[in-house]
Amino acid sequence: MNPDILILAQETAHPSRFAEMVVEGLSLGTIYALLAVGFVIIFKATQVINFAHGALATMGAFLVASAATIIDVPGRWMPSAPDWLVWALSVLIAVIAMAGIGMLLERVFLRPMVGEELFAVAIVTLGLDIFLRNYTNDWIGPQPRPLGDPFGAEVVDLGWVSIAQTEIAQIVVALVAVGAIALFFQSRMGIAMRATAFDQEAARAQGISVGRVFSISWAIGAVLAAIAGIFISLFPRRAAGVDNTTAFFAFKAFPAIIIGGLDSVVGAIVGGLLVGFSEAAAGTYLTGVSFLGTGFAGIVPYLLMLLVLIVRPYGIFGTEEIRRV
Amino acid sequence: MLAVENLEVVYNDVVLVLRGISLEVGQGQIVALLGANGAGKTTTLRAITGLLDVHEGDVTKGEIIFDGSDITDAEPSKIVRQGISQVMEGRRVFAELTIDENLRAGAHVNGNRSAYNSSHDRVMSLFPRLEERRGATAGYLSGGEQQMLAIGRALMQDPKLLILDEPSLGLAPLLVQEVRDIIVEINEQGTAVLLIEQNANMALTIAHHGYIMETGKMVMDGDPARLLKDDDVKEFYLGLHASGEKKSFRDVKHYKRRKRWLS
Repeated sequence: MNPDILILAQETAHPSRFAEMVVEGLSLGTIYALLAVGFVIIFKATQVINFAHGALATMGAFLVASAATIIDVPGRWMPSAPDWLVWALSVLIAVIAMAGIGMLLERVFLRPMVGEELFAVAIVTLGLDIFLRNYTNDWIGPQPRPLGDPFGAEVVDLGWVSIAQTEIAQIVVALVAVGAIALFFQSRMGIAMRATAFDQEAARAQGISVGRVFSISWAIGAVLAAIAGIFISLFPRRAAGVDNTTAFFAFKAFPAIIIGGLDSVVGAIVGGLLVGFSEAAAGTYLTGVSFLGTGFAGIVPYLLMLLVLIVRPYGIFGTEEIRRV
Repeated sequence: MLAVENLEVVYNDVVLVLRGISLEVGQGQIVALLGANGAGKTTTLRAITGLLDVHEGDVTKGEIIFDGSDITDAEPSKIVRQGISQVMEGRRVFAELTIDENLRAGAHVNGNRSAYNSSHDRVMSLFPRLEERRGATAGYLSGGEQQMLAIGRALMQDPKLLILDEPSLGLAPLLVQEVRDIIVEINEQGTAVLLIEQNANMALTIAHHGYIMETGKMVMDGDPARLLKDDDVKEFYLGLHASGEKKSFRDVKHYKRRKRWLS
């Protein structure tokens, strides 16, 4: 047997490779899950398939880059504050701005479409995507815009595997975000949102303002997209910063959503992690397999999506009939 | 308290569903609104509660006055805040939510903590069964329990006027009795009730006033005891001969062809 292949096989089988794969899968998976959850919340509450989700992610990252490095807000007013605090505040400003942008988009472009067909509304978001993406890319310019984060390329060594500080931050943030959403769903507004998602007319009959529910769901969706966009533009992903390919990265949230089921938040989380892990596993174990070619890992999420579609066309956690009147 | 005056409603700009109906609900009353399928009862409810727009309906004439203010074409959330709550036809509970969450969704406009607690206590004493099963998912409840939940959900808004759309629909006779008793109890606690029903017997035996609709018009109204004795009501709603004995469905159909209301 060819000794090279033997060495490759030994290397591949080593537990550290598996540990690396787990870290990579978790890291990718949480990004997809953040995107997918935002998408699903918007879809559930408003019945809008938001194709502009990737554009929102790019905008979020660009707003952080703007605040932290380009216009230096709030850093210019607090020169003696520690870097991490200034950056965190920049992120906070960007995220709040994104919540506002999400609400504005809903109010201006989608509210007038209430009651129109699912398909027509989806095309509106497709138009929004083209508009927002081009506008943001124009602002970004030809060079990637660094986000000015304090993490850099620092890693934490865990023995078998090293994990980037950004990845730790990302996993913590994703957990906090999911926890916050779970809490939100138990709040007065969250219950109103779930009621609206289930039966819009009955929700209105209870005096729930459906318009406000739409607004808030878009704010949440945009914020989650922005958070995902930030982590896409940091070290292990795109260390150089946000550029005009950031939105394409977000595309892989679509297989995650379809695998999990369009209208299930739990499904979005599971789908996101599944896509992340399958991509990481393919990257780890199938890279040396020559007949699959290079970059095979990139299409694994879509293959997985096709498989799920054959067996369960409405996704693992989705409702069988998602059409509503 | 509630006064509907000469109301005309058109669906999709062409279908005239209500042709100038008027009705009134007084303080502390139970008012029954009867009519066959398609008479316009539910449309009347939608017009009062501001839900016509979902169904492409418009009020083209007339007005709805509640407690002295004009609520024609008002937003549903505003109407609920003013004190009109409804129990929709077919119960429409939020099946994916638990009983508790359904009640909290019902109390959405009721932001005040102590108001919430008192409404909650009232609902729980009216429906002890909901208390027992408070954590259960609403979709798994029986039809009767779902009807209780739908009524409880509306009561969480602490309404001055409760409108019920066919609460007896699809319930066993014993449960219809129970719903009837609960409506009386709610009314005795001071809430006015507008009861939309096809079950004339159930509605007219508890109402203080009755209206009868047909094809978008009010054809009769008056004292329920008198309505119950009316020959036409007996024929159409109770399936009885004028003399009082039971009648076969064939005769009823024949009678209906022969005679139209007010014609």
